[in-house]
Amino acid sequence: MSEHEVRRDGAAEAAGSSPTGTVVKQLTCIRCPLGCQLDVTLDTQGQVIEISGYTCGRGKKYGAEEAVCPMRTVTALVNVTGRRMPLSVKTAAPIPKARIGACLDELRGLNVEAPVAIGDVIRADVCGTGVDVVATKNVK
Amino acid sequence: MSDVREDVIDAAIASRKGTASSAGEADVREVGICIIGGGAAGLAAALGAYEAGVPAADILIVERETALGGILKQCIHNGFGLHRFDEELTGPEYAQRDIDAVTAAGIPFLLDTTVLSLSQDRTVVCVNAAEGVIRIRAGAVVLAMGSRERTRGMLGIAGDRPSGIYTAGTAQAFVNLRGEIPGKRIVMLGSGDIGLIMARRLTYEGCEVVCVLNRSSFSGGLKRNIVQCLDDYDIPLIFNRTITAVHGDARLTGVTVSHVDPATKKPIPGTEELIACDTLLLSAGLMPENELTRAAGIALDRGTGGAVVDQTFQTSAPGIFSAGNVLHVHDLVDFVSEEGLAAGACAARFMGCTGAGEMPAASQSEKSAVAAGGAPAAGGAPAAAVAGGTQASAAVADEASAAAGGAPAAAVAPTFSAEPDAFITVHGGSGVGAPVPQFIARDSDDDVTIRFRVRGVFEDARLRVLVDGHEVARPKRRIMVPAEMESVTLKAADRIGATTVEIAVEEKEASHE
Repeated sequence: MSEHEVRRDGAAEAAGSSPTGTVVKQLTCIRCPLGCQLDVTLDTQGQVIEISGYTCGRGKKYGAEEAVCPMRTVTALVNVTGRRMPLSVKTAAPIPKARIGACLDELRGLNVEAPVAIGDVIRADVCGTGVDVVATKNVK
Repeated sequence: MSDVREDVIDAAIASRKGTASSAGEADVREVGICIIGGGAAGLAAALGAYEAGVPAADILIVERETALGGILKQCIHNGFGLHRFDEELTGPEYAQRDIDAVTAAGIPFLLDTTVLSLSQDRTVVCVNAAEGVIRIRAGAVVLAMGSRERTRGMLGIAGDRPSGIYTAGTAQAFVNLRGEIPGKRIVMLGSGDIGLIMARRLTYEGCEVVCVLNRSSFSGGLKRNIVQCLDDYDIPLIFNRTITAVHGDARLTGVTVSHVDPATKKPIPGTEELIACDTLLLSAGLMPENELTRAAGIALDRGTGGAVVDQTFQTSAPGIFSAGNVLHVHDLVDFVSEEGLAAGACAARFMGCTGAGEMPAASQSEKSAVAAGGAPAAGGAPAAAVAGGTQASAAVADEASAAAGGAPAAAVAPTFSAEPDAFITVHGGSGVGAPVPQFIARDSDDDVTIRFRVRGVFEDARLRVLVDGHEVARPKRRIMVPAEMESVTLKAADRIGATTVEIAVEEKEASHE
């Protein structure tokens, strides 16, 4: 792992915009415990030009997706009116990583009325992502 | 759900009332299979027993909390169930599937009920507010008590005792179950998965996570969690650091952080640095919770911290089985459930098919306990740990039975020592931590999955499966890390007539220990 870190640090210094306007993004692959350090080169339009550092096809695919538009499933808590225990919720599908903060902000002030069942839509189309936030717990 | 519980309580109260005046044995409640713990392992064990043909009414789950589900209740993040359900669930969703199945089957459970003691004759004494002390005599018992986190005391952090120092799981319960944050400026010691998950959760809840410190040079957490819980939020993970002092009077005000020498694993004097924080979270690993097991005199393995078991998950006490994190700490709940299902089914088989012949002979128990325990010692240090556990506990078992005033001898005979030659011993060789199961019955003709952790990071390596010193399998592994549980399957045909099995790592390229 220290080997990887050294490599990563070295690569980080070389990162950033090059004269041609391309951008190199450094990523750690999460498809397996190897944690390959990927260098993904993007052109000025944000399209992938080159991926290096992967050791399998899954890693190459991860690098391409993660560099262009990283997606995350967000899990969070919302208040239930009159209850001490918060309700756990999740986005029904991954949303863009850049929207996590906005998603959390939108959920923060929410008060849900019991009863709630797993899968109930708590917030439709959160932050205009087209993804619903659903309950992950039953509250009677 | 509540109907089931009321039935159980009504029945228990009725049986208590009916026998209230008579002392002792008359008060004992008969149960087919008693499962201690209603988390992932216990729920699965109940379902495993039920699916194997045990009537629901003959099963009883005893749970100390006010709801079933165990630790999954507070694990609101996703990533559970990929292996078992082929989809990514959150903890509460995963638990609810098993709770629904248990409820649908009509399997009874007691909530808010704490087990006080367990004995090798399968008597379980528990207590709750509604019924007082309940004495259960079970045909079989499944231990599914789970694990708990290493505490400040176990980590040896000296100094003041201000508030603000918690284990990561305690903080998780505060936030996810009670809607309270533990503090605002947080330092984490240890990078176990619970800590990583909590670093993200607390960031979501508006706290500042200053850094995550790791004593060794590799993380005990999964790569995915390091990326998605730390890197995503620019939280630094710093290796070879530990906390050498905590500061604060009523409330924590800061911690002293020292560099750790990777070779000696000791803090290096002169490298101290003060970090201001109001909360210190500890995420330094889990320990199987085996107080009941130990007190019952059941043999424990020092390597896993869990009971010593055979390929049916049966402990040294006949009819007492163990599964899940109480047996050995898992990385994925899917495998906890798999083990619970198997242990439940084995408990059912013990109930249904037990001729007298299957019960181990009692008379030779003591001598052979030493023989069985002593034998693997020649195999190396990890095996000696198993052997030590077996021997030590055999001694405890004797004390326990003496204290109990002479429980039937047959009931306390450790299975593994009934006949010294009845079991193949399994141990870890180079690079392999304590494997489970520790014993395989020689007369078993099942293929056996052996689970274990490796003791370092190994890339492009192979595992060696040695039966009596001869290699029977040499599976390739692209990478192995201590954070992930490994397994190999030992075929019945490969161990005919064998006495020992050893699992070892054959390295091609070692990155580091």
